[in-house]
Amino acid sequence: MLLIPCPWCGARPDSEFSAGGEAHLERPDPDHASDGQWGEYLYFRRNVKGVQRERWLHSHGCRRWFNVVRDTVTHEITAAYPMGESMKETGPGA
Amino acid sequence: MRYSLFSLLANAAGGHRRWPRAWMSPAPKPSYDVVIVGGGGHGLATAYWLAKNHGIRNVAVLERGPIGLGNTGRNTTVVRSNYLCDDSAHLYEHALKLWEGLSQELNFNTMFSQRGVVNLAFTRHELAGMERRAGAMRLNGIDCELLTLADLRRWIPNLNLSRDLRYPVLGGIVQPRGGNARHDAVAWGFARGASALGVDVIENCAVTGMRIEHGRITGVETSRGPIAAGRVGVVAAGHSSVVMDMAGVRLPIQSFPLQALVSEPVKPILHTVVMAGHVHVYLSQSDKGELVIGAARDSYLSYAQRGSFHLIEEQLRALIELFPVFSRLRMMRQWAGIVDCAPDASPIVGLTPVHNLYVNCGWGTGGFKATPGSGWVFAHTIANDAPHPLNRNFTLERFTTGALIDEAAAAGVAH
Repeated sequence: MLLIPCPWCGARPDSEFSAGGEAHLERPDPDHASDGQWGEYLYFRRNVKGVQRERWLHSHGCRRWFNVVRDTVTHEITAAYPMGESMKETGPGA
Repeated sequence: MRYSLFSLLANAAGGHRRWPRAWMSPAPKPSYDVVIVGGGGHGLATAYWLAKNHGIRNVAVLERGPIGLGNTGRNTTVVRSNYLCDDSAHLYEHALKLWEGLSQELNFNTMFSQRGVVNLAFTRHELAGMERRAGAMRLNGIDCELLTLADLRRWIPNLNLSRDLRYPVLGGIVQPRGGNARHDAVAWGFARGASALGVDVIENCAVTGMRIEHGRITGVETSRGPIAAGRVGVVAAGHSSVVMDMAGVRLPIQSFPLQALVSEPVKPILHTVVMAGHVHVYLSQSDKGELVIGAARDSYLSYAQRGSFHLIEEQLRALIELFPVFSRLRMMRQWAGIVDCAPDASPIVGLTPVHNLYVNCGWGTGGFKATPGSGWVFAHTIANDAPHPLNRNFTLERFTTGALIDEAAAAGVAH
C-alpha cells in the first residue's frame, strides 16, 4: 500500500489513484515524426529500477493528474508536484 | 544419474544418503559459445534445448541468486493454450505439446496434471468473446468446449450459480488439456537436464555489464568476473530492462508486481482450474491441498517483490462470492514476483540491434505455461541467428512497425 501525497487532497491510499506511468514524455510532432519516434513515444518506457518520475491520477478524489518522484525498489515517495512543472525545478531524480 | 524404480530402491536401501546433486553449480569458465542471462525456467529450457536440439553444449546459464527463487517459483502453475490470435495460439500450443511429454523428456516428474482450465463468463459480451475464442482455438486445432450453466453445475458443484450474485455466471469455456504443473520441478528438471548435457548452470552470479565491440557482443561482466561469449541470450523476466540497458537496448517493457496467495491445505475439493476474468480471481488446488489463488497485477511500476493489500481483498471478495464454501478457509502465505509486461501482452523473442545478442522477455503475467516452448524457440533463434517460424512475429521491431500481437485486446485473457 502506498500513501500518495496528492498536491490538492493530501496523503491518500493508492487504491484511490490510477497509475499513469513514466512522466515527462514528449509527444513528437505528428507531421514530421518517423515510425521509430512514434514507436518510442507510444511503447518504449525507461522502466527504472530506482528513483523514477511518474504520473498519477486521483481518480476517486479530486480527479486531477500530478507527478510523483518514487523509488521503484523501496516505494519511498520523495516529492509530488503538479503537472506542468519542469523536471529541473523539482530537484534530482531519474 | 538416471532416476528410475531401481535407483529409488537402491537409494532407499542406503537411507537416501547417497543421492547425487541434481545439477552441478560450477565456477564460471573464462569463455563460452553461448551465455544465457537468467536461470529461470525459460533460461534453463533455452540452455537445455540448445544442447539437445542444436548440439551447442559449451553454454553457461548465469543466475544472480539460487535456481528456482525467481518467478519460476512464484507463479500459480497454470498451463493452457487458449489464445485467440493465431501467432500466440501456435506458440503456446507448441509449449503445451512439450509439457505433455516433459516428465519423460527430462526424466523428472513435473507433476503435469491436465485437469482442465475453465474460464467463466459474467456478461453477454464476455460470453460472446469466449464463444469466438473457442471457435478460433478449434480452427487452430486446439481443444476447447463451451460450457452451459448445466455443464458448470455438474463439473464444479461448489460454484455459486445463483442469479442473485452481483455478477451472475452466464456460462464459460473449458480447455480440457490445460491444467497445472509443479513449478519448482520444472526449474529443477531443466537445470538437471541441461547440466547432464554439459551446460554450466552457474548460481549466485549477477551480470553487471555487457561487452560490446563494433555493434557486436563479445561477453558479459559479472559479479564473478568477466566471461567471454560468442552469443548472449537475455531471459531476465522482470529485470529485462535493467540487463538490456547495459547493452544500450531499450525495451517496451514495464515491470510490475504480481502477487498470489495460498490457503491452508484441505482435502481434495476442486479438481480443475477456474478463471473468472470479469470479477478477477482465479484458483486451483495444489497437490498439497492448498488453494492457489491469483488475480490482477499491481498498477504501478515496481521492483519490490510485494503487492498491494487491496488486491488481496478484492480477489478474496470475488472468490467467496463464487465459492461460498471457501469463506472460512484461512490464507496461509502471500508473495509477489516482478513480471515484465509488453504493451500488447505478448512476448518479445528474437534478435536485437546488437549482433549476437538476443532477448526473450515480455511474458508478463503468463510466462510459466510457455516455459518449454519459449526455451525451444529461443534456442533455435540463438543457434541460427534467426527466429523459429513460431516466434518470427514476436519481434522487438513490431513496436516500430505497428504489427502488434494484441492478445490482451483480442482475447482479454487473464495475463
